[in-house]
Amino acid sequence: MNSNIARTFINCKREKRAALLTYTVAGDNTKNNSLKILNAISKNADILELGFPHNTPIADGGQIQESSHRALKNGIKLKDVFQIVKKFKNSNPDKPLILMGYFNLIYQSGENIFLKNCKDSGVDGLIIVDLPYPENKKFATKCKKKSIDFIQLISPTTSDDRMKKIIRDSHSMIYYISMLSTTGGKLKVSPKKILQNYNKIKSINRSKNIVIGFGITDKTVSALKKADGLVVGSQLCKTITNSIKKRLNTAKVLNKMVYKLKKKII
Amino acid sequence: MKIKKGKLLIDQHDKNFMYGGKFGGNFVPETLKKPIDDLTKLFAKLRKDKKFLKERDKYFKSYVGSPTPFIKLENLTDYLKGAQIYAKVVSEANGGAHKIYNATVHCLIAKKAGKKFIVGDTGAGYAGKMLSMAAKKFGLKCKIFMGAKDIKRQRPNVEAIKKNGATIVPVTTGSQTLVDAVSECMRYWVSNCDTTHMCVGSTVGPNIFIKICAWSTAQISRELYNQVKEEFGKIPRKIKLLNCVGGGSSAIGFWNEFMDTDAEFVGVEAGGPKNSNLHAAPLTNGSKIGILHGAAQYVIQNKEGQIGSTESISAGLDYPGISPLHCFLKDAKRARYTSANDEEALKAYQLVSELENISPSLEPSHAFHEAIRLAPKLKSSEIIVVNSCGDSIKDKDIIKQKLGSYQR
Repeated sequence: MNSNIARTFINCKREKRAALLTYTVAGDNTKNNSLKILNAISKNADILELGFPHNTPIADGGQIQESSHRALKNGIKLKDVFQIVKKFKNSNPDKPLILMGYFNLIYQSGENIFLKNCKDSGVDGLIIVDLPYPENKKFATKCKKKSIDFIQLISPTTSDDRMKKIIRDSHSMIYYISMLSTTGGKLKVSPKKILQNYNKIKSINRSKNIVIGFGITDKTVSALKKADGLVVGSQLCKTITNSIKKRLNTAKVLNKMVYKLKKKII
Repeated sequence: MKIKKGKLLIDQHDKNFMYGGKFGGNFVPETLKKPIDDLTKLFAKLRKDKKFLKERDKYFKSYVGSPTPFIKLENLTDYLKGAQIYAKVVSEANGGAHKIYNATVHCLIAKKAGKKFIVGDTGAGYAGKMLSMAAKKFGLKCKIFMGAKDIKRQRPNVEAIKKNGATIVPVTTGSQTLVDAVSECMRYWVSNCDTTHMCVGSTVGPNIFIKICAWSTAQISRELYNQVKEEFGKIPRKIKLLNCVGGGSSAIGFWNEFMDTDAEFVGVEAGGPKNSNLHAAPLTNGSKIGILHGAAQYVIQNKEGQIGSTESISAGLDYPGISPLHCFLKDAKRARYTSANDEEALKAYQLVSELENISPSLEPSHAFHEAIRLAPKLKSSEIIVVNSCGDSIKDKDIIKQKLGSYQR
């Protein structure tokens, strides 16, 4: 049987469009609000990435750092993250949700306990920023056994040989990092060049779903809509920051933003 | 867990770059895999390259000023009436601290890699000062990441960095100290690894940076080994090598050549302010293993895995983690670790500066405290050597504020 994630890509392909993936941070700016945001944006987002915040991130840009900082300041713990996921999945069982974060939190929980919590709350996939290939092989196998998609990352610096190995050992989805940057950087590579790299990955195994992330905003999203999926993260975190400052309803504002993004790729 | 004899400590890792199966590794984003791999290959080649070694030795001699003095602290020894106390005055190296070794080697490597830009982190400001100095010498453009709190408390080094023409990037996230500077520097490298070489300021971070740093600071013990032999005719059986540890680069360099001897290694961590729970002593205070800056190590953190805040009077030791090499040495029982608090370090600085012609900075003053504590309990046939790896001049402001006046 196909996973929720794989099924979503099949549906999007049937509609001849890219999947829209969003990234927000669990607990930003409160537990309730982040759940409300997920519920609101899930109408237009195809796959939801939810960050579990870490206070020493080595690959996040300013916007996501700010969101994580807010969440941690509000005392967010892993058990809250799983609660948010559980509540969300109770009302949206078919909507894929991917947790994203740094390995130390998993290491401290213990891999097996962490994965059990993922399974119990309904997590569909995992992206671990600082657990690269091949060090992640053992953990990825554990995920597979629990029917959780472990999402491998490929970057512009990944060599051809390495790329082949990563793809061979990947599950249904692969995350292509568009450029050398932390999250939220300005897109410094032309969409044409990004799609060239994307096609190279795709040509190695067409059955894998490749999503592109980093530097994707409402300004750049349509130029890349040929991809299987596109991830918008920092722009959403920034929108949350701004709407908090203006005392607006964050869920509503985010919903509008995601709607706008979706319209640009259909 | 055991240290193998006859093999360099830095090379005692498995295929996943883990020491003792538990410490180190490369927990890095995918983007950094290739640059780290390239650097690993380049360094493996260079360290076997006779021409490169000759070049390194030439600069260590003519530029760093090797060998640094090895002196007996006669007055302190007489005062404490116990073991004979010696100091390896590494603060006499060009720039005033051991950080010059790592900085010089990184600049040489950056040149070989064809990189024109170099970036680095700094806590006490020494790593930044030395990197900016070496970058200037070797014609590289340099950026230094430094916590905003450290910029305020380490003014003399900040001025030196600027004078060397480097850009200082103040880091205002988190605790605004070394831990945040390292994170920010790594984030910068993620975005610029195609044009820029990164120098990690201590024996921390992804494996290759631990290796390069320890390989560079090993110069300290290469010199010391000969100096000790000359002084005593052999390596004495009862000799203790005392060194402060923050990230742990000076201690590793100080101990390296003595690994297979009977010398006892004592590492002294920063205990922080007296009666405070905030400290930077993960090895002494039983911290758990966690991942910080790309490597598994004992690290101050909460139950969830969020990295904890630290506090120390010495910016250079104010770091929640510790080199995986020290974790390895601790678990293999090759070295033992203890801590000194802020007040003890200050007192040690005061006593040494009063009695002797050297004036250690607050970092080695932690190690001097342990020497002062131990010496009276030991026989006069026993020998203590302290690595005086920094000069107090950089701590002038803090010392004045704490003690009312500053003497050097």
